Amino acid sequence: MNQVLLHRYAVLWSFCTLFLVVAGGLVTSNDAGLSVPDWPLSYGKLMPPMEGNIFYEHGHRMVATTVGLLTIGMVVWLMCAERRRWLKNLGWISLLAVIAQGVLGGMTVIFLLPKPVSIGHACLAQLFFSTTVAIALFTSGGWQRGRQFVDDSGAPPLHWLALAAAACVFLQLALGAAARHQAIGILPHVIGALLATGMVLWVTVRVLMRHAGHDALRRSALAVLFITILQVFLGIAAYMSRVATAEAPQPMPVMVGFTVAHVAVGALTLASSVVLAIQIFRHVRRPLAELQTEGVAVPSA
Amino acid sequence: MNSIFVSVLAASALFVAGCGGSKAPETAKEESAAPAATAPPIDEANAATITGKVAFTGDKPTMRAIDMSANPICARAHAGSPQHSEEVVVNGNGTLKNVFVWIKTGVPDRQWPVPSTPVEIAQKGCTYGPHVIGVMAGQDIKIVNDDPTNHNIHPMPKVNQEWNESQPPNGDPKLKKFAREEVMIPVKCNVHPWMRAYIGVVNHPFFAITGDDGTFTIKGLPPGKYTIEAWHEKYGTQDVDITVGAKESKTQDFDSAQMKTS
Ligand code: HEM
Ligand SMILES: [Cu+2]
Repeated sequence: MNQVLLHRYAVLWSFCTLFLVVAGGLVTSNDAGLSVPDWPLSYGKLMPPMEGNIFYEHGHRMVATTVGLLTIGMVVWLMCAERRRWLKNLGWISLLAVIAQGVLGGMTVIFLLPKPVSIGHACLAQLFFSTTVAIALFTSGGWQRGRQFVDDSGAPPLHWLALAAAACVFLQLALGAAARHQAIGILPHVIGALLATGMVLWVTVRVLMRHAGHDALRRSALAVLFITILQVFLGIAAYMSRVATAEAPQPMPVMVGFTVAHVAVGALTLASSVVLAIQIFRHVRRPLAELQTEGVAVPSA
Repeated sequence: MNSIFVSVLAASALFVAGCGGSKAPETAKEESAAPAATAPPIDEANAATITGKVAFTGDKPTMRAIDMSANPICARAHAGSPQHSEEVVVNGNGTLKNVFVWIKTGVPDRQWPVPSTPVEIAQKGCTYGPHVIGVMAGQDIKIVNDDPTNHNIHPMPKVNQEWNESQPPNGDPKLKKFAREEVMIPVKCNVHPWMRAYIGVVNHPFFAITGDDGTFTIKGLPPGKYTIEAWHEKYGTQDVDITVGAKESKTQDFDSAQMKTS
């Protein structure tokens, strides 16, 4: 019973974090990052007038505070009710990440948006969101039901592919953040999209062709596939709306809308590819013979 | 497969390298930069004058209306006739407004007296007025908020010290100065992302900004050889070499079609 509640809390926590990613994306796209020059207070107050872009910057701080409190709640809950030691540790790591994220956010304000700090803040936000989703997965009923093994042979190993796909997606998010904060042009991000999409297609098609009968694998592969395709279209829309509104004297709602959707679905792309990798590591076995020929030490049964 | 891994590594290394060193060095000090030693008195009697106008050539761009609905206080200030972007303002006589014209090189290296009166820039109706100002290095800039709303003032210099401060509704004026020559420093307000102004900071008093008639006058110039530059936020700069004799009055016109963006 408690376990069900804990899982629901984790799901709520990751939804709030996704909303926080949206709020953060709105800050950047509206160029609102410095509309509140002071931190941790805003205009010397807890609650400044929410006019113009102050709404986005202070709103982001409020949502971030909420997520910070939810994270503390998560750690406390895990410490009290969770048996798995590694999961408790993951809870602590998420708390460290959220604190680091708050400090980076404050630094962007105080040091006037130095690019490495803004980019670091954007990348850590993505990693943090994936961590909340992973914790939601680890506390789920499906996870408690245990492992249903399937075998997968051949090179490259599916595990390797899944990790490489998640890594490429993360790299792609980092390139996107660097482009958003004008540290680099958009070209590396466009080229990276080919690589990341290619890797995602490779791993998901292989899972769907070989293990479509396995519920957890099929669902997570379909999710990654669908989200990634959506993400590519949102990226194109974000780019086109940016070009179309380049002459405008202020950030235009179409551009902001597509770009923020692209940032948020980017977070979902990473989280879903992390979930797929976790599921592959959990359920997919490589045949003994293949491991032995590679010289991997296989414990005798 | 290995090659993919290698390119991923290479890309991330590039990315990390690209992140470093983006911050301009914090060079600016509060006092003015390096004054030249014992300056001889300025020879007012022989001073030359350069006048001219900045022509606009080409199709006149239509400037977009600004949507101030994000802050009703701003929108109300322009009820009925929305504010338009001031990126390009073509005057009725076909000249270009808001061009910063200054003597870029050739001015004798001496301590030119800094005016004690500040140059004012106001935030009114959630726009900056004037859109372009010029000051001498070390001269005060008086920043006024005439609006019943909050602004933040965020100059983005590359040579001078960057800063960002808020100014409450009808708050006290701020006095600010920049220590080093820099043409131009963009200024923005992040509360109202359409707000933009430019500040030219020059080591000497030989600069002017074109107004509603597109003309400029630079007075009191010692005879000599100079490069005179016209700067515009969209069209870029045009540099011209010019020699003026004692008491001479010279005309030097500029043209937007001759300007180049760097
Ligand atoms: C759980 C903590 C937080 C998360 C997950 C988070 C997430 C994000 C995200 C996703 C972005 C958009 C990045 C991009 O555009 O690529 C962002 C931007 C931003 N965040 Fe946060 N944030 C958090 C906490 C904070 C805090 C506490 C502050 C304090 C002021 C802050 C200040 C900012 C600012 C100023 C930006 C805009 C940066 C820019 O324009 O360069 N954030 N955040
Ligand atoms: Cu403002």
